[in-house]
Amino acid sequence: MVGIVGYGAYIPRNRIKVEEIAKVWGADAPSLKRGLMLREKSVPAPDQDVITIAVEAAKNALRRAAVDPRKIGAVYVGSESHPYAVKPTGTAVAEVLGAVNDCHCADLEFACKAGSEGMFLAYALVKSGEVEYALGIGADTSQGAPGDALEYSAAAGGAAFLMGAKNVVAEVECQYSFMSDTPDFWRREYMHYPRHGGRFTGDMAYFKHVRGGVEGILQKAGAKPRDFRYAVFHQPNGKFPMKMAKDLGFTEEQMKTGLLVPTLGNTYSGASPLGLSAILDEAKPGDRILMCSFGSGAGSDAFVFHCTKNLPKVQGKARKTRDYLDRNPLYLDYGTYVKFRRKIRKNVED
Amino acid sequence: MRDVAIIGIGMTDFGEHWNDSLRDLFVKAALAAMDDAGVDHVDSLVVGSMAPGLFIGQEHLGSLLADYLGQGPIPGTRVESACASGGLALRVGFMEVASGMSDVVLVGGVEKMTDVSGAQATYALATAADQDMEAFHGVTFPGLYAMIASAHMHRYGTKREDLAQVAVKNHDNGLLNPHAQYRMKITVDQVVNAVKVADPLTVLDCSPITDGAAAAVICPLEMAKKMRLKKAPVRIAASAHATDTIALHQREDLTFLKSTYEAAQKAYQMAGVKVSEIDFAEVHDCFTIAEICVIEALGVVKKGQGGKATRDGLTARDGKFPVNPSGGLKSKGHPVGATGVAQVHEIVTQLRGEAGPRQLKGVKRGLAQNMGGSGGSAIVHILEVL
Amino acid sequence: MITPANVRRNTPQRYRMEAGKCAACGKVFFPPRVVCPCGSRKFKTVTLPSEGKVVACTVIRTAPRGFGDEAPYGMGIVELSDGTRILCQIADCEPERLKVGLPVSLEFRKIQEAGESGVIAYGYKAVPER
Repeated sequence: MVGIVGYGAYIPRNRIKVEEIAKVWGADAPSLKRGLMLREKSVPAPDQDVITIAVEAAKNALRRAAVDPRKIGAVYVGSESHPYAVKPTGTAVAEVLGAVNDCHCADLEFACKAGSEGMFLAYALVKSGEVEYALGIGADTSQGAPGDALEYSAAAGGAAFLMGAKNVVAEVECQYSFMSDTPDFWRREYMHYPRHGGRFTGDMAYFKHVRGGVEGILQKAGAKPRDFRYAVFHQPNGKFPMKMAKDLGFTEEQMKTGLLVPTLGNTYSGASPLGLSAILDEAKPGDRILMCSFGSGAGSDAFVFHCTKNLPKVQGKARKTRDYLDRNPLYLDYGTYVKFRRKIRKNVED
Repeated sequence: MRDVAIIGIGMTDFGEHWNDSLRDLFVKAALAAMDDAGVDHVDSLVVGSMAPGLFIGQEHLGSLLADYLGQGPIPGTRVESACASGGLALRVGFMEVASGMSDVVLVGGVEKMTDVSGAQATYALATAADQDMEAFHGVTFPGLYAMIASAHMHRYGTKREDLAQVAVKNHDNGLLNPHAQYRMKITVDQVVNAVKVADPLTVLDCSPITDGAAAAVICPLEMAKKMRLKKAPVRIAASAHATDTIALHQREDLTFLKSTYEAAQKAYQMAGVKVSEIDFAEVHDCFTIAEICVIEALGVVKKGQGGKATRDGLTARDGKFPVNPSGGLKSKGHPVGATGVAQVHEIVTQLRGEAGPRQLKGVKRGLAQNMGGSGGSAIVHILEVL
Repeated sequence: MITPANVRRNTPQRYRMEAGKCAACGKVFFPPRVVCPCGSRKFKTVTLPSEGKVVACTVIRTAPRGFGDEAPYGMGIVELSDGTRILCQIADCEPERLKVGLPVSLEFRKIQEAGESGVIAYGYKAVPER
């Protein structure tokens, strides 16, 4: 049996409300909130980035797994906002954990599904017997262009999953990936902000590929929506995953635990991974979870997890996802937000 | 060891000297000291300067200044102990004379701080802190002293107004010092409500960025007695130096300046006196809280009582133990390397009876306490009339 | 000074809180030392705990070069649960909560960078409970 032996989340403490952004750009906050099913989002402080978020999430995963870090044979971090264009995030995580020096590190990208890619690779490497434990992490601090629709939702956070074959808390029963080459959302090299195809990003990107991923894994697993206690899809806003759920036959009850976006925003490569960690915080032995990420460009990674009797033993060993999300956030005004996110043009000092 | 005397003193005004380079400042102060002593040649030069490399890109000061003073090829030594570089220059010069290595030595201190931006100056000053464990994290000197203040206030109930009173008192004194950088009265209210630099310290709790130099000529006491001097020589009764961790968080007690205590104990022993036999002191008030902690470490008051003593006027010009009659670093200015020598300049001036409106009555023995960083080094000199 | 060499050299301390414990007298040094004031030159590597309390603090408002964007920020001396003291920034802390006695735990954060194109130096900051 191969699967998750430890999982952990990290969400920064700062938030900004939709109203705060809308008033600067003269947008209609109530409509935006209704349309996106989103009230506020997390904001990384100037001293937080994908490396710091991935590290804290990984530390939480290790608290739950209680494994000697030197046994970790691989660390994969998927993100759209790695701090360096050239210099890995994974090596920093491995170094902090003490998983040095025998470790395979690689950084991944594929828009918002880079995190689930890391999870798949970590799982597959353990399953093949190549390593004893492997970490797959999804974390992001991506930005939306000022005044653009994405500015309301682009948020920060991450989740880490240690895959192994001993004391598994959630077995990976099945995995399936679906892709096509579709230019729905992209960022060219050296450009600061991404661009997108507007409404094209709905049916032709998100819905087509999440449907493809879910239908594909249901077929591969020989399962139906009602076989699952929980489902979590990529959540760029609240509307898309709930519409997808309805179209595919999943209920609100199945979706609600993993749906963090209304108060978290879209954490890109961290989105469905964080939804999964919130589910694992509550799930019981025997529960089946279906997770399907989505990455623009485009593709999805789907997993079926089966919770074991080991899960309750680890849930309380580290901070829960909802604790990071709900407890005493610090609200920012738009000025502080753009200062934190370095959107203000300053003087160049020597 | 020979007895050593100070036979001449000199200093520039302290302030922003846009038209004077470091060498100009030093030479002016040094010549004033040599003229005061009535000598035109010295055997050796010792200069204290904290960070000329960072402030003006200039090292190799010993040779540069010996040359610019017209004294080549004498040995020129530059010493550094952060903000105690001036005091260290006097100590090293003292050792040269006391040991018999040299007879007439010019000791001085200089710092040229205003060529660079405020941010660069702060960076240069922060090199006195532990780079890897303190400066790396973004702490500044006001920040370190503010942390000492937070601990002192928490443990001993020292009040915010006690800190402010140090600045008020020193400005009252500096008003009467023609060399001082900031000659203006300030109030406790003004100090408390000024722009915050590192809570609770405001800009008026902090000594300024200053250009300046100070110098003294020293020689064996026996030689001084035989010279025809215009002013009475002053005896260096003690010269002491002690170190502590430069990192504040590694100190035994965050509220206690151990290096000052250790140096003071050595100084009292060397001079054969108790602290009650010292009439006044020039101390290192780089920040208001520093003066409060220093008078505790010197043994002038008990631990934790520095704030109350200041509040009660013990250290005012008309108090039982006047501290910083020159205006201190706060009002006089703090050209880092020069400060230790400027403190000595004030003590000699007071002992000679030449301090004019700020003259302390009947003083015979003064103590100079010069400190590096947040207390990583302390140099104490005790000077007395013959 | 953030350079590749000094960032790498400080990594065991800044990433893993590795300290040195004197084999003779048990004193803990962070960073580790070559010689203990007790005279011993033998040390054992230990990891510092990540919980502690603030024993001195301030808010830096005039920041040094490289930290201007973050000002004002909290700084403190934290006494960790094993008695070792460290100095670091206090992050994610409302101004009214920053006082002596505040319980904190250490989090991995970005400390500095050598400009927009330079190496990023990471390390520890103390955060209070949310």
